[in-house]
Amino acid sequence: MKQMLSREPFALLAFSLVILTMPIWLAPLGANYPDLLQKFTIYAIFAMGFNILFGLTGYLSFGHAAFLGIGSYAAVWSFKLFTMNVLPALFFGVAFSGLFALLIGFISLRRSGIYFSILTLAFAQMCYNLAYSVLTPITNGETGLQLTLQDPRIIDRALAEPGKGLPSTELFGLSMSGYSGFYFCAVVLIVCFFISRRIFYSPFGLTLRGIKSNQSRMNYTGFNTRPYTLTAFVISGMFAGLAGSLLAVTDPLAGAERMQWTASGEVVLMTILGGVGTLIGPMLGAWIIKYFENIFSAFNPETLQSFFSFLPEGLRTVAVDVSSLFVGEGWHLTLGVLFMLIVIFLPGGVMEGWRRITRRFGGGSGTKPASSPNAAVQPAE
Amino acid sequence: MANSVLHVADVHKSFGGLQALSDVDLNVEEGTTHAIIGPNGAGKSTLLNVCVGRIKPDSGHVVFNGEVLDAHTPDEINQLGVSRVFQTPEIFPDLTLLDNVMIPAFAHRDGSFSLRPFSKLRHETTIRQEAEQVLSDVGLEALQTREAASLSRGDKRRLELAMCLIQRPKLLLLDEPTAGMARHDTNRTVDLLKTIKARGMTKVIIEHDMHVVFSLADKISVLAQGRIIASGTPDEIKGNPKVQEAYLGGAQ
Ligand SMILES: Nc1ncnc2c1ncn2[C@@H]1O[C@H](COP(=O)(O)OP(=O)(O)OP(=O)(O)O)[C@@H](O)[C@H]1O
Ligand SMILES: [Mg+2]
Repeated sequence: MKQMLSREPFALLAFSLVILTMPIWLAPLGANYPDLLQKFTIYAIFAMGFNILFGLTGYLSFGHAAFLGIGSYAAVWSFKLFTMNVLPALFFGVAFSGLFALLIGFISLRRSGIYFSILTLAFAQMCYNLAYSVLTPITNGETGLQLTLQDPRIIDRALAEPGKGLPSTELFGLSMSGYSGFYFCAVVLIVCFFISRRIFYSPFGLTLRGIKSNQSRMNYTGFNTRPYTLTAFVISGMFAGLAGSLLAVTDPLAGAERMQWTASGEVVLMTILGGVGTLIGPMLGAWIIKYFENIFSAFNPETLQSFFSFLPEGLRTVAVDVSSLFVGEGWHLTLGVLFMLIVIFLPGGVMEGWRRITRRFGGGSGTKPASSPNAAVQPAE
Repeated sequence: MANSVLHVADVHKSFGGLQALSDVDLNVEEGTTHAIIGPNGAGKSTLLNVCVGRIKPDSGHVVFNGEVLDAHTPDEINQLGVSRVFQTPEIFPDLTLLDNVMIPAFAHRDGSFSLRPFSKLRHETTIRQEAEQVLSDVGLEALQTREAASLSRGDKRRLELAMCLIQRPKLLLLDEPTAGMARHDTNRTVDLLKTIKARGMTKVIIEHDMHVVFSLADKISVLAQGRIIASGTPDEIKGNPKVQEAYLGGAQ
């Protein structure tokens, strides 16, 4: 099984199966409605891309939400100016976020470690503030960028008479709401997985790992590391932009809060929670966070009351009072606790837990498996 | 006179008030092994640091194969053909030994930057075979898939040597390549370095173990307090009273 999965076609097939059947196997968890499924796939792309930078090169960016936001704005503008077709929107989202990533990366990557993180954070906050105030003509400030009836939409109008009301996003006539929206995002995620996997198992990916492991050794080994880190930064920025434009595809609206530092922090949490530097860990992290966000933030005192209804009166009030701190608006507290537990007891994230389990029960090989693409490849040969 | 591969001309370097290198002149001829010996803190590692571009000299130049290295960055100097084993091993601790050795091989083959993010590592069979060969040359073939961090200090040194050798450098700089090794491994490394020498690779070696120095060196320079106090063949150095006093002391 494991050997087969180390082969590209099998890995892709297995991954596609898992993703495309999400509506089925998530049903028992009550997470099989399109809105949440779309979020799962979109944030998986975001985290997967972030991991190409953080997981492979070790550069911790605290400003990746900026690219998410830029992707959304670019996509909504594409809907407003040209067409409701989603492909141009994705193209512009990726192109613009890539451009910004090039610029921000070029400057930020002059520093490493904490200084790099601070620089990216500063840039992202700058983008947020610009979007919120100065650039209001482009971003529509506080309200957020939305579709209007007056939008030119030149391509669509040239092809057909506009219908009544606001149009919805579409792929050559197929509306991108509900399940079709999810399946579209899922296909994009599968493509992203393919790209990410290729990078992981390429000499380029190995070079990025070398940079993470010992950057100065890389220099004395003959590598000019800056272009490598910049490429990784731009690629991950483009993944973020893609995720941002998909957010706009499923809901054609872009607001500045998407770029806030909390959103940048969230993708860091997702990646660490799932397993930094692993191929699918960050995606799992994204799912866990989005799932719990959804479950816990939906709880309110009434649902808690009924949940604890088996307890006697006095105890019930206490239980409800305490647990209500952790749900609804307060679900971030749950996230914080979860995150702390993982970092303390399972520093490698969910993937580390998985490895520990398989090692215990699978009677894996005696030697310590290094996080190596070669190690993963070898048994198959 | 044979071709000079490395020429260190009049190099001065001070750290604050400390004169780490003064007026250092050194000529390393093609195909030879040039040993640098001297007491602790003499400035030996600093000299290598100047050669690989880690620190810039206050004055003077380093010339490699006719190229002045002053304005070159470490990666450019490596690409010109200079590889170095550091005094404290500089490896990739969280990668496997095989990866550790393959990375330098890519730098050697593809240059300081090559963007092919989609080519497959598993198709790099030539480089993998080379890496396996080099690892077995240094005696680490059994540990290929181990994480480098788990190696002993001596093994890390051998790994770093392998990382340099796979680049087939024109000039190999070795900073105490046998320190921390058991006698058996030291002998093995000496034998390996002799084989490399037979292939005509130029080497500069810093070493405290006189047995190693005298079995490898064609020429020896003695550094003390940042100055070269003597330079010559091993026999000349052995007989030099200044050296006896400064370094070899009672040992001889
Ligand atoms: N980057 C630096 N900054 C300040 N002082 C330094 C630096 N590098 C070396 N020195 C000092 O320069 C002197 C020479 O150091 P160097 O490491 O070259 O000695 P060495 O001959 O290699 O000694 P050893 O045999 O102990 O390795 C020492 O006194 C050292 O403390
Ligand atoms: Mg030294």
